[in-house]
Amino acid sequence: MTREVLEAIVDGILVGGVYALMAVGLTLIFGVLDIINIAQGVLVILGAYLSYSLSTKAHIDLFVGLLITIPAMFAIGVVIHWAFIRRLRGTERTSMTLLVTYAVALIIEGILYKIYGANNVTLSASYTTTSIRVFGFYLPWIYIYGFILALVLVALIYALLYRTKFGRSVRATMQDETAARLVGIDVNRVAALTFGIGVAVTAAGGMVYGATNAFNANSGYDLISRLLAIIILGGLGSVGGALVTSVFMLTVESVVTVWYPTWAIVVFYAALVIVLLVRPTGFFGRKEVRAQ
Amino acid sequence: MTPLLKGTALIALIAIVVAFPQVVTNPSVTNYGVLAMIFVTAASAWNIFSGNTGYISLGQAVFYGSGAYTMGIAARDWNITGDTVFALLPLCAAVGALVAVPFGLIALRVRRHTFIVITIAVFFIFQLMATNFSFTGGSSGLDSPFLNWPAASYNTPFYYIALACAAGTIAIAWLIRRSRFGLQLRAIRDDEDRARGLGVKAMRVKLSAFAISGAATAVIGAVWFFYINQVEPQTGFDPLFDLTLVLMAFLGGYGSITGPVLGALIIEPLTLWLNSQPQFSGGSLSEILLGAVFLVTVLFLPRGIIPTGGELITKLRTRGRPAVIPATTFGPPAAGTASTPSVSSGGAR
Repeated sequence: MTREVLEAIVDGILVGGVYALMAVGLTLIFGVLDIINIAQGVLVILGAYLSYSLSTKAHIDLFVGLLITIPAMFAIGVVIHWAFIRRLRGTERTSMTLLVTYAVALIIEGILYKIYGANNVTLSASYTTTSIRVFGFYLPWIYIYGFILALVLVALIYALLYRTKFGRSVRATMQDETAARLVGIDVNRVAALTFGIGVAVTAAGGMVYGATNAFNANSGYDLISRLLAIIILGGLGSVGGALVTSVFMLTVESVVTVWYPTWAIVVFYAALVIVLLVRPTGFFGRKEVRAQ
Repeated sequence: MTPLLKGTALIALIAIVVAFPQVVTNPSVTNYGVLAMIFVTAASAWNIFSGNTGYISLGQAVFYGSGAYTMGIAARDWNITGDTVFALLPLCAAVGALVAVPFGLIALRVRRHTFIVITIAVFFIFQLMATNFSFTGGSSGLDSPFLNWPAASYNTPFYYIALACAAGTIAIAWLIRRSRFGLQLRAIRDDEDRARGLGVKAMRVKLSAFAISGAATAVIGAVWFFYINQVEPQTGFDPLFDLTLVLMAFLGGYGSITGPVLGALIIEPLTLWLNSQPQFSGGSLSEILLGAVFLVTVLFLPRGIIPTGGELITKLRTRGRPAVIPATTFGPPAAGTASTPSVSSGGAR
């Protein structure tokens, strides 16, 4: 039993790292643009399918393929922002953007269905089938590689946010958009690039997700509901909060699965409900200022 | 429009709606009518809460599925068959309202994005419960009790039941809109903190509207369950259902009474028709189209057909006449007076 629990904890931490990457994208988008990108889940699946096509059709290694899929997803993000998000203004903007991203998710899902069909697929490579022995159990290499990839990318995002001029303007926009505009920051450009970066991470997240899970066009719903729970629990707009909460929640889910596999996912929503009863801003959230 | 003309139009509309299954007897056409009425009810019920308060709920399927499951479980466990099952509809309404209370107490503590996400989370909890418990029939769901109705006119009684639900919900929406309660709801939509400051008991008011909306949705969910003969976790608690309701309300005119009705009457027959066409089969193209209609609506008709159409009519009727609005409103005096040459500004120079 203890070995199974230990295995579940290791699993949870490694998978949590990948979720952290996806959640950081989502929470960054929220912080800068004040919108929740419902399409994030299906974009992860789109990223996974891109990797799938590259590896099956062009025989490009999954990790090398990221050099193509990450810029591609970045471009898709910028286009979504330019075509739809940018145009929404006014008092109903919050709910409108949510619905618009939901509609975008539906369209992408429909297109993926049309192209790839309803069958579940998995990404495969040599490292998805071979394992390494740790603490007496076997762990596929992809979990470890995926975790390292997620760590590297999250570190890169941190460096971008805290060590560059662009990062400073992103953080300024997150704190106060009007003030950022006043000191000469091109807020629209920052918003477009942030949306692009937030979507670009789904390419990497999707690749690892697709290599560790069977997926089809419908899998986005399961993903987005977990990601939403994570970023709200972590406090909307808090990058650190998203990191800690992803690893924590995925570990809890993984441990619960040992005993109650069918109820494990409920842990997410139940935690969300309970935490918000006590602390409406989440674990690391700032108190929301009065919104007009 | 004069009151007389309005009254005549309304009576004509009621006559058409009531006579519909008598004139059209083809079951594949009356099917459209039944489902359209079901969605008119559901969209109006959504609008009672979300349209009035501005809290966008993406968890209405919680009530829809709860209504369907309540009916299914009650009929199965109490061995109720035949037409008497419809006596269970008030029970479904009660369950809908009862579910809305804890749901609302949790979700209505937070606003904006967080509220929407909580409604989605609660929705998934319900879907998972329906799948995982044994008394709900698990992933295969429940079958409805057998109704001994002739197949040729099977849809007609359903049409009238759904029509009665729709009329009832619209009447409730109308009464709420004209009442103090409705004003309080709309005050919350405009500025919740200010409304509280002026003495609106925000939580109580929001929760009441949520419960009313939940009860109406649960009733129509139960009717829908009979109509399609079964409910599964995926169909009773369907994420697309929530989105469809919101789309209907936004397309017609969010917050008005006629808006969701019009939106439902456009969207539901359209999706049914698209799904019945062989070249659109498989459901994915209708999904793409639904998303595309949604995007077009939000981007180009952000206030819906009825408000935008109303503005257009007003613009056409007042064409050529000087605008009267700027004279009675506050703000910069020069705004909107371009069509009438201002004398005072000339004199001051």
